[in-house]
Amino acid sequence: MSTEEGDKLHVVTADDISNNKKRLGKFLVWGSAVILAFTLLIQALDTNAYLTIDLETWRPSLYAYVFWAFCLCVSQVLTRGEHGKRVLFVLPAALFVISMVVFPLLFGLVIAFSDWNLSSPDGRTFNGLDNVRQMWGDPFYWNALKNMVWYTIVIIIEYSVAFGLAILLNSQIRARKFFRVAFLLPLMLSPVAVSWMIGKSMLEIRFGPISRFFRWLASEPSEDLPALLYYPGIYVADLAQWFGWASPSFFGSAGIARAMIMAMDAWTFIPFMMIMILAGLQAIPRELYEASEVDGASKWRQFLEITFPLMLPVSITAVLIRIIFKLKLADIIINITSGGPGGATDSVTSFIFREYRDRSNVGYGTLLAIVYLVIIVIAMTILIKLADRWMKPRY
Amino acid sequence: MSNQIFRDSESDRQFSASWLTGRVFVYSILLLWAFICLFPIYWTITTSFKMAPDVMKGNIIPWVDFTPKWLGWRSLGLSPETIGIESTVREEFLKRFWNSAIVSVCSSILAVGLGSCAAYGLSRFNYRFGFMRNSDISFFFLSQLILPPVVLALPFLVLYKSLALLDTRIGLILLYTLTVLPIVIWIMRDQFSSIPTELEEAALVDGLSIWGAFTTIIMPIALPGMVAAFILSLVLTWNEYFFAALLTSSHAKTLPVMVASQTGSQGISWWSMAALSFAAILPLIIIAIILERYIIKGMAAGAVK
Repeated sequence: MSTEEGDKLHVVTADDISNNKKRLGKFLVWGSAVILAFTLLIQALDTNAYLTIDLETWRPSLYAYVFWAFCLCVSQVLTRGEHGKRVLFVLPAALFVISMVVFPLLFGLVIAFSDWNLSSPDGRTFNGLDNVRQMWGDPFYWNALKNMVWYTIVIIIEYSVAFGLAILLNSQIRARKFFRVAFLLPLMLSPVAVSWMIGKSMLEIRFGPISRFFRWLASEPSEDLPALLYYPGIYVADLAQWFGWASPSFFGSAGIARAMIMAMDAWTFIPFMMIMILAGLQAIPRELYEASEVDGASKWRQFLEITFPLMLPVSITAVLIRIIFKLKLADIIINITSGGPGGATDSVTSFIFREYRDRSNVGYGTLLAIVYLVIIVIAMTILIKLADRWMKPRY
Repeated sequence: MSNQIFRDSESDRQFSASWLTGRVFVYSILLLWAFICLFPIYWTITTSFKMAPDVMKGNIIPWVDFTPKWLGWRSLGLSPETIGIESTVREEFLKRFWNSAIVSVCSSILAVGLGSCAAYGLSRFNYRFGFMRNSDISFFFLSQLILPPVVLALPFLVLYKSLALLDTRIGLILLYTLTVLPIVIWIMRDQFSSIPTELEEAALVDGLSIWGAFTTIIMPIALPGMVAAFILSLVLTWNEYFFAALLTSSHAKTLPVMVASQTGSQGISWWSMAALSFAAILPLIIIAIILERYIIKGMAAGAVK
């Protein structure tokens, strides 16, 4: 009889697994493992020129690995019966993730401490901590990290916009479905298409509609306009000229270029936070608002005392996920500014991308990526811990 | 109407006035944001029907400001006149489109398959893999979300090179499956834990095996959630650019890479770029309009507990 204490689903089955079955299962695992080890050994010898089979690729090892993984799954059922069938739910996904993440990560660690330029014929050579030293003195990498901090801080603004929109969508409005679909659309668009649609055409200096709009704001209003429009028009024009909108340039100076990248990224991802917050808002029971209305609370009080505190867990989840996505920001930057002007818009990802594209410097790029990963993991752990602590006392 | 007997009192009129301004305020913000969301898409569609002078003059409204021409679509080989004729550009475009479709659909199916099983297992049973318990396994899966793609990119480049998986669809499919798997597991875990276990217990008593109960009883109930997870992964994988740009060159290049390469090389043939961009985003716009319900459901899962 096998039943696991604490399972949500209690299953009691009579497992009488014959010894033959158990032996077969063990044989499958170990047999395929031996095949895998053997293939790996032969391939290793072959690449180091001890053998002369001249295998083109490491494909045979891959097949042997897949075969071993398959045998492992089968043997679980053979040797452990009902419990093995349960393990089979998680095992394939776990094996997949381990082989796709853990092995490349370990491999990446090896690459990170070596001098490896894919375009040079020498191949890989260990160079110890040289890459670390190079990183320490690389102003562009630190600059990219600093930019990431800026990009992350802007999430607060994105969050407040998303919250506002979600509240509006949750109120009594007509054509709600239309607004929901319209607000959702930016999330569907690929960042590459967005970078052309907005970054390269709408923000184009001469013909783009946005630059045209700015120029129109900065131009002097015509004399024929009625006085009611003419005089405000002059003020607007003066103000716009003071901002330098008469000849707008969106990717010329560092600050504006960074703001533009932030705005485009916000444009695509605000719907994401908005929908999460909207789901949270819809889950708040109406009775709370009714009760507070009876007590004479104003709308603003209701927001401060009911909506915001109750939305805190959802908000924190939304913001954390948004931060995670933000840390991957690269596509828009690669396609619009490629880091310019002078690295002002560079994110870490786009910087490493160019490091590989321009110099095919795999070793150094991997080290930068791994340092980035370490920073992210530490920062996210602290953030999650802080969020936990911040949420706890209120409930 | 002068001798009206019943009137709104002063306070009522004030109320309706403030109510009206409130409405105007709400709708104007909503319309403004809808405009911000829709204008770039509108701009792309109209630009793909413009000619050079229209672009330079900044004409915006078709048939009023300018007469639509098939110029942009002709350069893609997709206009009415060129659709029947051989066109290398169209073939290139369709090949990339097909690559994108295959890669995103396959990886989404794979991710939903693997992810649903794992999520179901984690929501129902207690596992012990070495020191790892259920919460650790869940965390292990979800923590993949934090992993930035750059960390994996260069090792994968080298690994795929030695495995001859570089520039193949299979390689991209595997990698994309990995990137969306945590999201799928997150959504599906939420789905499964909302389904009462009594359902499977009844099925098990009636003689189904645990996998039989999963496939015949639980999966149909969790289907909306699976569709949501599938569409969300479809969106993410269809739009993915970073890995595709690094790992594909000629054979398995996807649509975003094609769009990006066009922006680089061609100076300012706006109409064809607009046509290409629009063709690249059109499938997802259609999906968004038809299946909006599922997308929202998928993203809302896990947010509200």
